Amino acid sequence: MWIIPLTVVLPLLGAAALAVAGSITPRRWGDAVALLMAALCCGFCLYLCRASAGHELTYWFGGWRPRHFPTTGLVPTHLQAIGIAFDVDPIGAALAALGSLLVCAAVLFGWSYFDSVGVQFQVLLLAFLAATCGFCLTGDLFNLFVFFELMSVSAFALCGYKVEEKGPLQGAMNFAVTNTAGAVFILTGIALIYARTGALNMAQVGAQLRANLAVQPRPGALVLAAFALIACGFAVKAAVVPFHFWLADAHAVAPTPICILFSGVMVELGLYGIVRVYWSCFADALTPERQRLRSLLLGAAVLTALLGALMAWLQSHLKRLLAFSTISHMGLMLMGVALLTPRGLAATALYVLGHGAVKGSLFLGAGIVLHRLRGVDVARLHGRGRPLVWTGAVFALGGLALAGLPPFATATGDDQLSHALNQLHLGGLWLVSLIAAAVTGGAVLRSYLRLFWGFGKPSPAAAHQEKEEPETKPGRIPAVMFAPYAGLLLLGIALTFWPGLPEGALHAAQQFTSSASYRTQLLRQSPPLPQPLSTPGPQEPWRGVLSAGLALALATLSVRFSSLRGRDWGRPFHRLHSGHVGDYVSWLVLGVGVFAGLLLWLPH
Amino acid sequence: MNARARLLVFALGALLLGGAYMAALSQLAPLGRGASAYADILNRVCVRERHITDVVTAVNFDYRGFDTLGEEFIMFTAVMGAVLLLRRGKDEVQAPQEDELTSRRGRRRSDAVALAGVVFTAVLLLFGSYVITHGQLTPGGGFQGGVIASTALWLVYLSGSYKVMRQVGPKPLVEAAEALGAAGYALVGLIGLFQGAAFLQNTLPPGSIGSPFSGGTVPLIDIAVGLEVSGGFVLLLLTFMEEVLEIRLH
Amino acid sequence: MLNIFCYSIAAWVLLIGLYGVVTSRNLIHLVLCLSVMETSTYVLLTLIGYRVGGTAPVFADIPVGTKAVDPVVQALMLTDVVVEATVMALLLALAVQAHKRTGSLDPHDLRALQG
Repeated sequence: MWIIPLTVVLPLLGAAALAVAGSITPRRWGDAVALLMAALCCGFCLYLCRASAGHELTYWFGGWRPRHFPTTGLVPTHLQAIGIAFDVDPIGAALAALGSLLVCAAVLFGWSYFDSVGVQFQVLLLAFLAATCGFCLTGDLFNLFVFFELMSVSAFALCGYKVEEKGPLQGAMNFAVTNTAGAVFILTGIALIYARTGALNMAQVGAQLRANLAVQPRPGALVLAAFALIACGFAVKAAVVPFHFWLADAHAVAPTPICILFSGVMVELGLYGIVRVYWSCFADALTPERQRLRSLLLGAAVLTALLGALMAWLQSHLKRLLAFSTISHMGLMLMGVALLTPRGLAATALYVLGHGAVKGSLFLGAGIVLHRLRGVDVARLHGRGRPLVWTGAVFALGGLALAGLPPFATATGDDQLSHALNQLHLGGLWLVSLIAAAVTGGAVLRSYLRLFWGFGKPSPAAAHQEKEEPETKPGRIPAVMFAPYAGLLLLGIALTFWPGLPEGALHAAQQFTSSASYRTQLLRQSPPLPQPLSTPGPQEPWRGVLSAGLALALATLSVRFSSLRGRDWGRPFHRLHSGHVGDYVSWLVLGVGVFAGLLLWLPH
Repeated sequence: MNARARLLVFALGALLLGGAYMAALSQLAPLGRGASAYADILNRVCVRERHITDVVTAVNFDYRGFDTLGEEFIMFTAVMGAVLLLRRGKDEVQAPQEDELTSRRGRRRSDAVALAGVVFTAVLLLFGSYVITHGQLTPGGGFQGGVIASTALWLVYLSGSYKVMRQVGPKPLVEAAEALGAAGYALVGLIGLFQGAAFLQNTLPPGSIGSPFSGGTVPLIDIAVGLEVSGGFVLLLLTFMEEVLEIRLH
Repeated sequence: MLNIFCYSIAAWVLLIGLYGVVTSRNLIHLVLCLSVMETSTYVLLTLIGYRVGGTAPVFADIPVGTKAVDPVVQALMLTDVVVEATVMALLLALAVQAHKRTGSLDPHDLRALQG
């Protein structure tokens, strides 16, 4: 399977080649190389997604397959992994494909975007692409960390791209500091796990932890704390409350093409990190604590969904609004994951695909608004979007899609999430998903009504009179900007009609969560147990229609009654998101402490 | 939040985090009595199998060479990122001026310092190359040697001037060297792939133990990494110096 | 007792670094505190890899089979050092720009975004 390493190596080589050619290359070449690489990676990952259905594909770098070694006292496993493996399964490959696709969209949208830009921008994009693929496909704990850092480093620099302004510097700084702190927690967790198991391959770590269960039936403080540290580290990237503060700052100021990568795939990768590490390493060891872990994660998910929705509602800065809505939707995705069942994971996988397409499109819409109207603050631009009919139309559809209106793929994810909740008799939590979808969708639709139609009274003084540097020369909207904008939204519909997608997602999730078969692949421990494949629950369009209707009602009401927009009662929440990096890190520490503390010491 | 509230939140979190962390640490094996099958195996088989006497280098560039590829590209990406962040903004002008940092302006460099600079630049380059090429035998390798070699240029600045430094290390050349080094690692990895083996598989002859030409691809990778790291550090220095000395706001 | 004391250095360095990040009034100081915090992982990795009576895992002039410390954690640490150094470079680049644009290094003054 020579394709597997190429998903990472090709973009890296492309990046290096661009940097070598450097100043003598015309900018278009850089764009073309980046586009080509992203398209290739997308194709490879889609192929891998199909090829790995049913059984993981494992690739041993350097040819270091696990080998039999004379046992050295501690080791009951037959085989010891001594190299690094890529371990491809449909969920990881699909996420990598989504990432590659969004990189394509970002390059296209940026085609006529930056006036003068060196090749560094494309170099960083390619590094981000390679990191995404590597992160999704790797089967090694430390390698996961390496690609996580590669992704972070490129993202930090891309975020601060517009160095002329204060905002991007602050956003990038907050982003970099909080995420680096998160990375330290991850590495600490990995070190603890290595000390316990003497292994870094995830399958081997899982096998070793399970073997330890025979000696000690409950996971000890070491395993629990290691999991807490790793999970919280990834949760920083996934913007789970209270680790979410950086996200709004970073997304609000990053260049638009980068925003779609941040919201569409990077944040989801944080969640994927948690899921991957849990199911590959900790699932067996933490079985006695599963109920407690589920409650903790669900609590965080509900908090994230609601706080994100509330904050999105309070924004008038379009990109910041979308950023907070990403936080809210991350809460919903975490909810699916937090159930710790295949159904929940499948629902989240579907949601990630739908959300990636829709949110990407919405961010590009904000980019076009910035391009044409030289700002993204709705309070300031009130009604000035009237000439942009088509842009507005797509934007409104995006708002409805965000609220989960069928036939957008977000509706499928929402349906499956409710089925997954029902399976565990937690159906009531669907209300949270309804509120989050309706409020975030409503906030987008409200901005649409105010910006593109001029409904409601213009605000006397905009809350954030921050000057936004235009990213482009003014003029009509080039096709290369509009095509990815509408294209991503169309993708959001197309995913719904993709034959067999919900079934495929469910089977992939079953494959992902059956840690036994995973280990069999790697360490040939025992023959895999044949599993009955479940069927996904039926589509229930009424849910989506209800939340979209609610979103519309909220939007209309808040346009009419401006006090609903919360300029007064929202103040404490605004103040909470202070923009001070010290505050963010102290919340981060509290979050890690509380999560680890509850996991370790909460009485049963 | 004001400073006090922030500290309160932090203190509460730190208390819990510290407690959980200590609880985990107390379950580690007693200091020095830990065991790792992974480590024991590598310590036992590495020299025989790979003809590399420094096991850490073997882990870095062979057994877990793919990690190090990622690591090298993290460095490459970060340097590119710093170049991007410190580029001349739309509101800035680049004045190609020769002035030094304020503290150094107008002071004549003594001949003794200049001479020492020249001598030690050569020594550092030599020592850097030695460390780069002997990574498979003794502690060292591309990363360590690359950093040492890159300090040669820093010495040029310290004992000479900014202008001389720019002449000795022109930016396009440094950029190309850095990127070539980064690409070199990936290209060495492709050797295995083209021979029908795995990516980064060490298919070159391992050589005799203790010789500088042992370890198969490892010395090649060391050289690529050395090029990348020295180029990267020099480029960082040049970029930061340029930002401080040449680029001014309107 | 000595065990836990040695290990607890890692926890101490982590927390003291975090304290610095939280209370810092200067971005350069903040970046250095972050680097202190990252140092805790080096301490932890080194301690995990230590073996009583073990030498360095370099068998250039000692026979194979001599008791040596864990080479894997050392390799991980080397990687981590490089990663940390590069992130520092990026953060310092941001700090330089922030100082240029705002004339201040206090994170308190770098607040264009709020709420």
